[in-house]
Amino acid sequence: MSNGRYGKYGGKYIPETLMNAVSELENAYEFYKNDESFVNELNDLLKNYAGRPSPLYYAKRMSEDLGGAKIYLKREDLNHTGSHKINNVLGQVLLAKRMGKTRVIAETGAGQHGVATATAAALMGLECEIFMGKEDTKRQALNVFKMELLGAKVNVVNSGTQTLKDAVNETMREWATRMDDTHYVLGSVMGPHPFPMIVRDFQSVIGKEIKQQLIEKEGRLPDMVLACVGGGSNAIGAFYDFIDEKTVELIGCEAAGEGVKTQRTAATMSTGSVGIFHGMKSYFCQNEYGQIAPVYSISAGLDYPGIGPEHAMLSDDGRAKYVAITDDEAVDAFEYLSKIEGIIPAIESAHAVAYAKKIAQTLEKDKIIVINLSGRGDKDVASIARYRGVEISE
Amino acid sequence: MNRINKAFLNKKAFIPFITAGDPNLETTEKLIIAMQESGADLIEIGIPFSDPIAEGEVIQNASQRALSAGCDTDKIFDMVSRVRQCVTVPLVFMTYINLVYTYGKERFLKKCKDVGIDGIIIPDLPFEENKELIDVCKKYDVNLISLIAPTSKERVEMIAKQANGFVYCVSSLGVTGVRENIKTDIGQMIKLVKTVSKIPCAVGFGISTPNQAKKISEVCDGVIVGSAIVKIIEKYGENSIEPVKEYVKLMKKAMEQG
Repeated sequence: MSNGRYGKYGGKYIPETLMNAVSELENAYEFYKNDESFVNELNDLLKNYAGRPSPLYYAKRMSEDLGGAKIYLKREDLNHTGSHKINNVLGQVLLAKRMGKTRVIAETGAGQHGVATATAAALMGLECEIFMGKEDTKRQALNVFKMELLGAKVNVVNSGTQTLKDAVNETMREWATRMDDTHYVLGSVMGPHPFPMIVRDFQSVIGKEIKQQLIEKEGRLPDMVLACVGGGSNAIGAFYDFIDEKTVELIGCEAAGEGVKTQRTAATMSTGSVGIFHGMKSYFCQNEYGQIAPVYSISAGLDYPGIGPEHAMLSDDGRAKYVAITDDEAVDAFEYLSKIEGIIPAIESAHAVAYAKKIAQTLEKDKIIVINLSGRGDKDVASIARYRGVEISE
Repeated sequence: MNRINKAFLNKKAFIPFITAGDPNLETTEKLIIAMQESGADLIEIGIPFSDPIAEGEVIQNASQRALSAGCDTDKIFDMVSRVRQCVTVPLVFMTYINLVYTYGKERFLKKCKDVGIDGIIIPDLPFEENKELIDVCKKYDVNLISLIAPTSKERVEMIAKQANGFVYCVSSLGVTGVRENIKTDIGQMIKLVKTVSKIPCAVGFGISTPNQAKKISEVCDGVIVGSAIVKIIEKYGENSIEPVKEYVKLMKKAMEQG
C-alpha cells in the first residue's frame, strides 16, 4: 500500500504545508521498521514496559451464561495505561525520537490516547501537548489530570462540536504551524497516509498474539473476532492477521448512540457516505453538502464522524462486517461483564461485548468468538453512574 | 485571455477573501460588488465548511456563522449567478475537497462554469491528489489553483509546472490569520516558481496592513487578504459594506504606491 490507498480509500488530502512532513515520516518509518535496533527497542518496551503479550482469557462464566459459542477476551485492558493505545504510541514516539523530534502532539477523545502519548513522551523525555475537546475534558476529567500528571500540557479545544473530530482539526493546525521539531502522534488508523498504515502495523501485534494464543489453547483459529470501531485502530489491530484467513468472521462494532435512525449517533458505516476529510477518503457522517455531522455516542472514544480507510475497503469487499450498538446496549454490556467476569470494560470495548451478547447464543457451542477488550473501564465509572442517574464525584 | 490572466496584467492584483453567507448571502453579494468598485482585482469567495483545517479562528468563526445562518452550496451558486450580472472581476471559490466531492465533482464544476466562477482553491487537495479534480476542472474551464508553502522546497518545481491561473503562495506556516511579522523569504519562494513558469504568484496568509501589502507586492504579482476583512465583517455584520470598501481602497492604494 505504498501509495496509501486501500482500494479507492485513503490517500493524503492535506494542506501543502504538511506534505513534506508526511513524506519525511513515511521515509523514516520505511527505514526504521526494518532497523534491527529500532525493532528490538520497541519489542523490549512492549514486553517490559507495556506488559505484552496481553492475556487471551477464556470467559467461562460469560460463555456458559449465554449458552452458545465459547468467548475469549483479548485483554488489552491489562496493558500499561489501560488500553491498546500504548501499542501505537510506543512505536510512534520511539520513531519520533529516532527522527530527531523533541516534541510530540496528539488528539484525544476519551483521553486514552492522550494518556498513552503523555506516558510514552515522559518515558522517552519528549515534550508533549495534547488537544482535547472541551466536551470530552468534562466527560473524562480524570484523564485530563492524568495527562498533566505525566507532564503533558492539555489544550482544551473550544471549536466546533468540542469533541474528537475538533481535537483532530486543532492538532493538524498545530502540526502545520510547527513540524520541524514536532511529530503528530495520530491515535487511530485514520488521517493522511502513512498514518493508517503505521498505526495498523503497530496495532497488528494484537491479532498476531490472538492467533498464536488461541492455537496454543484450542489448536485452531477463532470463528469470529469482534472489536469496537471509532477510527478503528484496535479493530484493525485485531483483524489484520486474520484478513487472509477467510474462515474467520471480522465484525466491527460502531457506536449507534441513541440509535442509527436518530440524529444522535456516531455509526459511520450504518449512516455515513463516502467523502474526503481529515486527510483521507473514507466513510463519514455528513449532510448532503458534505458538512461533517455533529456525532454523538456515550463513548468519547467512538464519538468520531469517520472511520479508517482500510475499514472502508474491508466493508466494501465484504471481508469485514460493521454493526451498530446503542448506548443502552453498551451500558448493559458494561455492567454485565463487570458482574459476570469481574472485568470492568471501557465503554468503547463494551460495544463489542454487547454484540457478543447478541450473537453468542445463536452459535453452536464449538464455535469460538474472540472479543478484543481494547481498554479498561475505570475512566467510565463516573459517567456510567450518571447515565444511571447516580451523581458521584470522581 | 481568461479573466484570471487579465487580473494580473500590468498590475499587482489585490485579492480580498470573504466567507459566503457571513452574516448572510445578501451582504456577501453587496460586499462583492463593493469590493470590485473599490479596486479588488480578483475576489475569493469561501464556501464555508464545518471543519476548515487550514483556517485560523477568524475564518473558522465566519464559517460557523454562515452555516448557522443556513448558508449552503446551492444558495452560494445562486448568489454568484446573480452577482455575476454586474461583476466583471474573476471570482474564485475557496473551499475544502469534501464539499466538492460530496456535491459531485462533475456537478460542482459544471455549476461553477455556469455561474461564472473562474477558479477554485482547495487547500486540502495537494499536488499528489489533484487528479481528483484536474480533468473535470479542465473540462469546464475552471482553473484549479495550486498552493505552495514555505515548506514546499523541492516540490515547488513540479507544482509550478502544472499550475494554472495563478499560484497561491502561502506566506507562513500554520493556518490563516493576521500576523504581525512574516518571516518567510517570499522572494525566494517566488523565484523558484518563476524559474519554471511565468504564472502569476499571489501571496496570502497573515497579511493585514497596507504596509505589509506594499512590501510584499514588491516581490510578487498579487496580495491575498482574508482574515483582516472577515474581522471587519465580524464586527459590523450587515453594515460592513462601507468599512470593507474603505479598507480595500486603502490596501489597493498602498500597493499602487509600491
